[in-house]
Amino acid sequence: MRRDVAPAALAVAPAPGRWARFLDGDVWHSFRGSPTAIAAAAVAALCLFAAVFANVIAPHDPFNLATLELSDSMLPPAWMQGGTTKYLLGTDEQGRDVLSALMFGARISLFVGGASVLLSLVIGVSLGLFSGYAGGRVDALIMRICDVMLSFPSILIALLFAGVGHALFPNANDLLAFGVVIVAIALPGWVQYARAVRGSTMVERHKEYVQAARVIGVPPWRIMLRHVLPNVMGPVLVLSTIQVAVAIIAEATLSFLGVGVSPTSPSLGTFINEGNKQLFSGAWWLVIFPGATLVLIALSINLFGDWLRDALNPRLR
Amino acid sequence: MKALAPWLLAATLSLAAPLSEAITLRVANQGDVQSMDPHSLNESLQLSFTGNVYESLVERGKDMGLTPALATKWTQTSPTVWRFDLRPNVKFHDGTPFTADDVVFTFKRAAGEGSDMKGYTNPIKEVRKVGDLAVEIETTAPYPILPDTLTTLGMMSKKWCEENKAERPVDRRKGIENTASFKSNGTGPFRLKERQPSVRTVLVKNFNWWGKSEGNIDEVVFTPIGNDATRVAALLSGEVDVMEPVPLQDVERIKAAGLNVLQGPELRTIFLGMDQKRDELQFSSVKGKNPFKDVRVRRAFYQAIDEETIKSRVMRGAASPTGEMVGAAVRGFQPDMNKRPAYDPDTAKKLLAEAGYPNGFEVGMNCPNDRYVNDAAICQAVAANLARIGVKVNLMTETKVTYFPKILRRDTSFYLLGWTPITVDSHDVLSSIMATPTDKGQGQFNLGAYSNAKVDELTLKVQSETDQKKRNEMIREAFRIHQEDVGHIPLHQQALAWATAKSVQLTQLPNNYMYFKWITQKSSPK
Repeated sequence: MRRDVAPAALAVAPAPGRWARFLDGDVWHSFRGSPTAIAAAAVAALCLFAAVFANVIAPHDPFNLATLELSDSMLPPAWMQGGTTKYLLGTDEQGRDVLSALMFGARISLFVGGASVLLSLVIGVSLGLFSGYAGGRVDALIMRICDVMLSFPSILIALLFAGVGHALFPNANDLLAFGVVIVAIALPGWVQYARAVRGSTMVERHKEYVQAARVIGVPPWRIMLRHVLPNVMGPVLVLSTIQVAVAIIAEATLSFLGVGVSPTSPSLGTFINEGNKQLFSGAWWLVIFPGATLVLIALSINLFGDWLRDALNPRLR
Repeated sequence: MKALAPWLLAATLSLAAPLSEAITLRVANQGDVQSMDPHSLNESLQLSFTGNVYESLVERGKDMGLTPALATKWTQTSPTVWRFDLRPNVKFHDGTPFTADDVVFTFKRAAGEGSDMKGYTNPIKEVRKVGDLAVEIETTAPYPILPDTLTTLGMMSKKWCEENKAERPVDRRKGIENTASFKSNGTGPFRLKERQPSVRTVLVKNFNWWGKSEGNIDEVVFTPIGNDATRVAALLSGEVDVMEPVPLQDVERIKAAGLNVLQGPELRTIFLGMDQKRDELQFSSVKGKNPFKDVRVRRAFYQAIDEETIKSRVMRGAASPTGEMVGAAVRGFQPDMNKRPAYDPDTAKKLLAEAGYPNGFEVGMNCPNDRYVNDAAICQAVAANLARIGVKVNLMTETKVTYFPKILRRDTSFYLLGWTPITVDSHDVLSSIMATPTDKGQGQFNLGAYSNAKVDELTLKVQSETDQKKRNEMIREAFRIHQEDVGHIPLHQQALAWATAKSVQLTQLPNNYMYFKWITQKSSPK
């Protein structure tokens, strides 16, 4: 188990030996045997690609005001009457191309989602490691804090933080606004990691290799980082994939409620909020497409995470 | 479930029966009334709503003509003195009789610190009590339109204000409030029953009102619903009876559902203002100078805006593009001057280059998103237009609750505002929007401090000129100068759009005021 987890995590590393081992390993075989996993990974990769290279592949630049044609506003998707192939998924009330806006929006959603997961991962894993390895009072204190955090609905904490953040910095620039949202989502998220890592660490710290390291005088922080951490990363990896989806949805929720990223750099949630206003007038493409994109991204990442959990869990094999 | 339905219906009916005697009208607007104080904020929704609770000496009838309200008659005893005879046997909601003392007090209050109505009291020199039920108003100069300017000045009770420490209105700009912001004591056909800011405000019928109500409404529940779709849904589902404004994209949808949509031209002119006072703009990339001080820059902005497309796309045709700061229904409107300079980005770019900004510049723009029809979308379209000539607009759209205090403090470089001349006379626009700001109320809404001594002079002359022909010539001249200076950039007069349930009959005034006393609700099968 331990042996094949670490390479999976490092699979992207170009070292040929590792790559070959990975291709021969259980994880890869399990992946090839699961159509759901392949489809999910493909969709997620496609979304990621479109989002990352939005500025290269998007047909229009929706943020360059000088290129907007107000006379092209509110056009339906290309296959409907009145639509043109210039705007495949139609345009909004300012004449922005919906498809391009989605690519740029997904980029912001994925960035915020990824960054907040990374932040909560760093906080959660370090606290969990420390808590599990130290035990005793430190452990009790950290775990009680976790309990308190868990007793609040996470969206409430995020709303509170984002709301306070916006009140404190009313004239925040985009970067600061991003920061506030990322922290707001990461704040309730770290608890999951802390608990998972703490559990595994408590098991690991009694194993012989940790005992051996301790006997030869390796300092505790080094034991935690170099010996325990690589062996508890499995569950963290699984958790992260699922948390990315959760974070993306949390960001969309905050943006939909108007406390998310700044309106000048709209994410998928902002689009859904904007499109919502046009719902009665029949301009369904303004809310359906961003909504569908959000579902697609979250669903594919979730399915991939589900498969990863099963693949890495020896009991389910 | 099917079997249950008749039972449910019967249960609802039996519950509704005892209540059905009181007729409740549920009204939704895109924003909330900012205060219950009639002198705190000179804004249409605010004055329209408090106009149901507080009354003025003179009112506007359904044809916008002047009708007696708390004054039964008014006469001009000399060029500068007017006598108003007050209506006898009028009582405030708390039972105190309405007398000349209250009128004198009200004028003092409206002219004092914290008031947003100084623009209307500014030409007044003194208000004298000449009997229990008569006052004389003396103006500093002949002021032929005095009664027109008094139509929105709600009369307050001296006793009540003193008892409640509300002798002074509080300044909305500073975001402070006092008793009069939450409670009220007027003479009007409705009393305030409940006030929950941004949640709901309830008015109930005043059974001791002096007048005879034409409508049949016993209770009004006012709810702000900011989201357009939610507001439409509330009307379609029968949760509210009247809502305003109707999002233009939903007009067809509401009509198709068999509900009424009332559309009419509004007196309000939507325009853009530019800070022409500061030596350096607060929100701009240009340092050390103010580009808006250069008329070429202002003209470039004007010519860069494609108002026709804004009308057809953003406003879906429900607007009349204008080159003047007043609409056609306003006295002093000049039909032959109602021309906009041609939309021409190339000329605009040249003008900018001549002014020393060949590559444009960055400027912050403030815009409300819940005050005027499609206000935020208009600003976005303007920003896109200006991007064509190299001007990068950093747009900040926000709710009017934060927007108005900010721009009234003049913390803005470039903003969008709408203005309805309450007097239906051009003088209102001259003195509130075009005249140089003074602390006496002149130019109170000239937020970019456009200033031209000639316009100021003409404004004062227009105020006291009684010869209509000469007066019109002066207005014309002032408008011409303002147009030449591009003091503001007028965009359009928006169309009013209210929607009501089928059971509701009401009167829509072109100044967008909604008087609940004129509303009738036929009992609808519930």
